[in-house]
Amino acid sequence: MLGMYAVWFTWSIFEIDPILGSPLAFIIIFFVGYVIQKFFIHHIMKAPAAAQIFLTVGLMVVLENMALMVFGSDFRSVAVTYQTESIHLGEIFISKSYLYAFLAALVITGLLWTLLATSWIGRAIRAVAQDAMMAELVGVNATTTYNIAFGLGVGLTAFGGAVILPYISVSPTIGSHFSVLMFTVVVLGGLGSVAGALAGGIVVGVIQSLSSLVFPIHLQNLILFIIFIAVLVVRPNGLLKEG
Amino acid sequence: MLKIENLSGGYSEIDILHGVAISIEPGETVTIIGANTAGKTSILRAISGVLPRVVGMIVLDGQAITHKPAHEIPALGIGHVPEGRHVFPRMTVEDNLFMGAYSARRKAKISSALEGVYKLFPRLLERRKQMAGSLSGGEQQMVAIGRALMCNPKLLLLDEPSLGLAPIVVDEVHEAILAINASGVSVLLVEQNASLALSVASRGYVLEDGRVVLQDTAEALRTNPEVRRAYLGI
Repeated sequence: MLGMYAVWFTWSIFEIDPILGSPLAFIIIFFVGYVIQKFFIHHIMKAPAAAQIFLTVGLMVVLENMALMVFGSDFRSVAVTYQTESIHLGEIFISKSYLYAFLAALVITGLLWTLLATSWIGRAIRAVAQDAMMAELVGVNATTTYNIAFGLGVGLTAFGGAVILPYISVSPTIGSHFSVLMFTVVVLGGLGSVAGALAGGIVVGVIQSLSSLVFPIHLQNLILFIIFIAVLVVRPNGLLKEG
Repeated sequence: MLKIENLSGGYSEIDILHGVAISIEPGETVTIIGANTAGKTSILRAISGVLPRVVGMIVLDGQAITHKPAHEIPALGIGHVPEGRHVFPRMTVEDNLFMGAYSARRKAKISSALEGVYKLFPRLLERRKQMAGSLSGGEQQMVAIGRALMCNPKLLLLDEPSLGLAPIVVDEVHEAILAINASGVSVLLVEQNASLALSVASRGYVLEDGRVVLQDTAEALRTNPEVRRAYLGI
């Protein structure tokens, strides 16, 4: 939601295309996430799950209502030239705005992968996730690393919101449209696995699209969740995660 | 080089350590022996800054490090090999070793340190692209020791390096400790395997219920009837 508003404003004021503006959304919301982790979430890292849910849901309510106060409840969308265009490959029509969003997502996934695999901060994030005390013993400031990791996480969400703005309009509660699907994606792929999230995302998208060929479109989430439950019966830890 | 005075502390309100005093000279290998729960691990954790509550003085080369945060300790030249090895299981051997150099993060220094570790443990060179969690216990111990050496330490803290290893691997670890010490690194070794510890160390402390009850040269401790009865099983 914040990422979408960020690029909506850069589009409406500076006429920057949302996809080109998406890195900016990432950077701004990265710092928002860093601060939220540092001042709020840091204090409940070891608290019971209930406290963590209260805090994060509470933050969501605050952010949504702040957005409502500042931006109003209007649905805002952008107008870009490629919005209604599509590419024709034989009998297949690919909407350009969907294609660009997909390509942008692939690029950012590649960048995230490279960061985690080869950089010092990427190694530090993996080390802290696997064994925080040991990471401290080799010189990693675990607290700062958590801040950066959380910033990356919400920054990427903002990036994702930004690149879909050409075909989705933004309102303060837009996030809730995606939260259930988002949980489906990460749980389907395997919680805590980057490759799993990518695989889960593609699988969810393909199931939704293909099911609408066979079943009425309003049943697409029903089909998705039936398959989702079936997958979890066979692989309780998700597609790409071993028990 | 390291001087610990009147060290007390623990994980909660209850003290595990009661006024411990230990010192290590440059180039020395010193051991702390004692039963389980005597507080050996807590001493190493206090040095590294991961014991939650610490009272007393820990001085490294004239600098008080008692309440320094844990992540600032490796840069001062202290490498820690924790009990249970604590390799990063879903990282390659090489990434584990890189993590050991996190406090330096400079290419030139790292490649020479990496070369040194592979020279000491050629097996890690063979397995450098494998996930550390898939290695045998002995190999994981090599990763843990190698990782601690990557920060070019002056002082290496070794916590139960022989625990859970096959006798032949214990010998390898033993050789490695001697080689590390011969290269000029001071070693503080904590062991339940007292005979191993006293065969590599020059001096030793006997810890009971968080108190140093005996300190002497390794030679003297080996022949001390009390130590022989309680810790060497003779």
